[in-house]
This record gives sequence, structure tokens and C-alpha cells, in this order.
Amino acid sequence: MPSFTIDIVTAERIVYSEEVNAVIAPGVEGQLGILPHHAPLMTILQAGELVVRKGEQEEIMAISGGFLEVRPDHVIVLADQAERAEEIDAARAEAARKRAEERLKDKQATGLDATRAEAALRRALVRLSVADKIKRRRKL
Amino acid sequence: MPDIRKVRRRIKGVQNIAKITRAMEMIAASKMKKAQERGLAGRPYAEKIEQVIADLAALPDIGLQHPLLQRRPINRAAVVHITPDRGLCGGLNANLNRQLAGFILQQDINVKVIAVGRKGRDAAARFACDLAAEFTGLSDQPSFIDTLPISNIIIEEYTKGIIDVVYVSYAGFVSTLVQKPVMKQLLPVEPAQIPGGQNVDYIYEPGAEAVLGGLLPRFVEMEIYHAILESIASEQSARMVAMRNATDSANELIGDLTLLYNKARQEAITRDLLDIIGGVVALE
Repeated sequence: MPSFTIDIVTAERIVYSEEVNAVIAPGVEGQLGILPHHAPLMTILQAGELVVRKGEQEEIMAISGGFLEVRPDHVIVLADQAERAEEIDAARAEAARKRAEERLKDKQATGLDATRAEAALRRALVRLSVADKIKRRRKL
Repeated sequence: MPDIRKVRRRIKGVQNIAKITRAMEMIAASKMKKAQERGLAGRPYAEKIEQVIADLAALPDIGLQHPLLQRRPINRAAVVHITPDRGLCGGLNANLNRQLAGFILQQDINVKVIAVGRKGRDAAARFACDLAAEFTGLSDQPSFIDTLPISNIIIEEYTKGIIDVVYVSYAGFVSTLVQKPVMKQLLPVEPAQIPGGQNVDYIYEPGAEAVLGGLLPRFVEMEIYHAILESIASEQSARMVAMRNATDSANELIGDLTLLYNKARQEAITRDLLDIIGGVVALE
């Protein structure tokens, strides 16, 4: 099975670095599937789930925006923040979601604050959804 | 003739100091290691982002169009002055602040100072600089997010045209024994030169300009973050060395004082013996 290397890095650490068969990433213009021998590409990512497929195994990560670069031999994700599913603190994400929702209700769309709260909400939702999927998968 | 009890108290005091400096040395050593590791962990990100920006800036149609890349006539400058919050680290703070003072004196334009760290802020206030903002109380292990407010300020002021050039001054980590104050230009970003023939034809989504526009602020944020990490590593290693010297000096002093104490004790014993013998002789 053809494969390629993917490095997911943030300014603080290397989150993931392995040989994989496929990647599905949340591009700004929609989901983006990357298989070996993809054309060179440079794109902005939005907050979302990044799925890495390795043989039969799948790993889901939550990322909160960043950049993705496809080179002939490997793929690099420059993430603002990235967490592997097992690192996610569901309680904290839930708290963040509530806080963001309240803030959105509170100040009816006052420019920057609203945008920030919206971004925070999106990040929290992504984390929750990733945590949830992993939990369900474990039960099966 | 030294007072024996005073000498003994002095020895106790110096021993306590030696214990404290020894502990501080070990704490600094472990913190330094952590800061270095964090700096290394972020290196792949830094290398990547630099490379991509160089690639993009080299494109003929968009190169140098972005506000963060544009060079303007320089009327006002700003320095992000990164220093430790605390002292007890040898000449580190003094060197950093001297560099800042020298730099400001050299410029014939107005220089704003954005102080990160208490020691630098205090110095800037003493020099009566134009202190635009201060950030103190960053932890020893700041996360990337903790450092964002600093980069946001400079990006905003630069984009608005309030400042035309931004420098960052911090303690560069050369080795455990050597830390060198560094002053380098942060904005406008100067893309690294890429060796020819390495260009790959990328597909840019949603477009080359948008990608570059998204990357440049990240690059500035990351530079600041790295400068802060490096400055922490420098601070801790300077403190480690300073504390090791202090411990050594304390031990030396303990040796001298112990000698003094023993001499005084022997003298006292001799004197007592002479008194007793003298008394006995007088009685006979």
C-alpha cells in the first residue's frame, strides 16, 4: 500500500509524525482528502477534525486552524493548536463551549468580540465532537 | 581577638546561604533544560514557516505586497525588550538593559519600548523611555497562547502605521556559560533567500495572497515566542552559573571562618589553662 509521511507540528511541539496512507483535513474551502502522490498544495485549514488513516486504523485529531502543505514526498501540517483524541479534556471543552455561547448571546454581534467568541465556540465544538467519536468507538 | 560566638553564628549563616544558593542552582538547571527542550520542539514549525514564506515572497506577482513585508520610510521605531522578571542571574539583566539604552541613544528617531519582564520594564522606566506596553509575570513555561497579546500589539501598531520598524531585544543563548544580548529586526519581515531551482509549483488554496497573509502574522508570533523561550533558557543558565559561583564562594568563606573559629577556640582554651595553672601556682 503506498504511503507518505505526515508531520503535524505546532509552535510548541511535534504532535504527530508517522507514515500513513491517507489524510482527511478541514480545508477552508471544504474537506480535503490527501492520498499518496497528491499534487503539491498549500492551503489554509479551518478548525476541524483531521483524520489520519494508517492501514485499517484511523486516528482523529482536533485542530484549530493552521496550514497544510503537500510536498512530493510528505505532508506537513502547521497547526495553531492540535490535540490527539486521547489528549482532549472533554470537561474543559464543554466549559469553553458554554462560555462562548453565553458570550455570543450576551453581546449581540459587537465586531471583534463576537468573532472571537465564534472562533472559540467552533474550537470547543470540534474538540467535543472528536472526544465523542472516540468514546463511541471504544464502546463498540 | 574575635568573639567565638559571633564567628559561630556567622558560620551558620553562611552555611544557610550556601544551602539556598545550591538549591537555586539545581532548580535553575532543571528549568533551563525544560526551556531548551521546548525551544527545540518548536523548531520544525519555525523552519517550515520560514521556508514557505520565502517561497511565497519570491513569487513575482504577490512578493512584498503584504503590509508586514512592505518597507516604509522610518519615522518611528519600537523595541520589544524581553528580560527576566527576576534578578539573581549575574550580569544578564544589566547587559540587556545596557544594550537597550545604547540602541535608543543611537537612533535619531522616537523609539517606543514594549517591555516583557519586570527587570526590563523597570529599566525602561528609569531611562524615561516611551514605554508603550508592558507584560510582566509570564511563567517560566509560557504557552504559545500566553505570548500572543505581545505579538498582537506590534502587528496592530505596525499595520496601522504607528510604528515603521520593530526590533526585538532578548538574551540569546550561546551556551550555558555564555549569553549574548541580541537585537534583531522583526518587522518588516525580511524573507530568507532561497537557493534557486528549489521552487515547487504549488496549488494555493484559497490563493497565494491569502496563504501568505495568514502565514506572516503566525511567523511574527512564533518569532516572539521563540525569543521568549530563548530568553528564559538564558536567564536560567545565567542564574545557574551565578548560583554555583555563590555556592563556591560561600563554601570558601565557611572554610576561612572555621579556621578563624578553631584558632579562637584554641586560644581561649590556652588562656583558661594558663589562668588555672597560674591560680594553682599562686596557692602553693
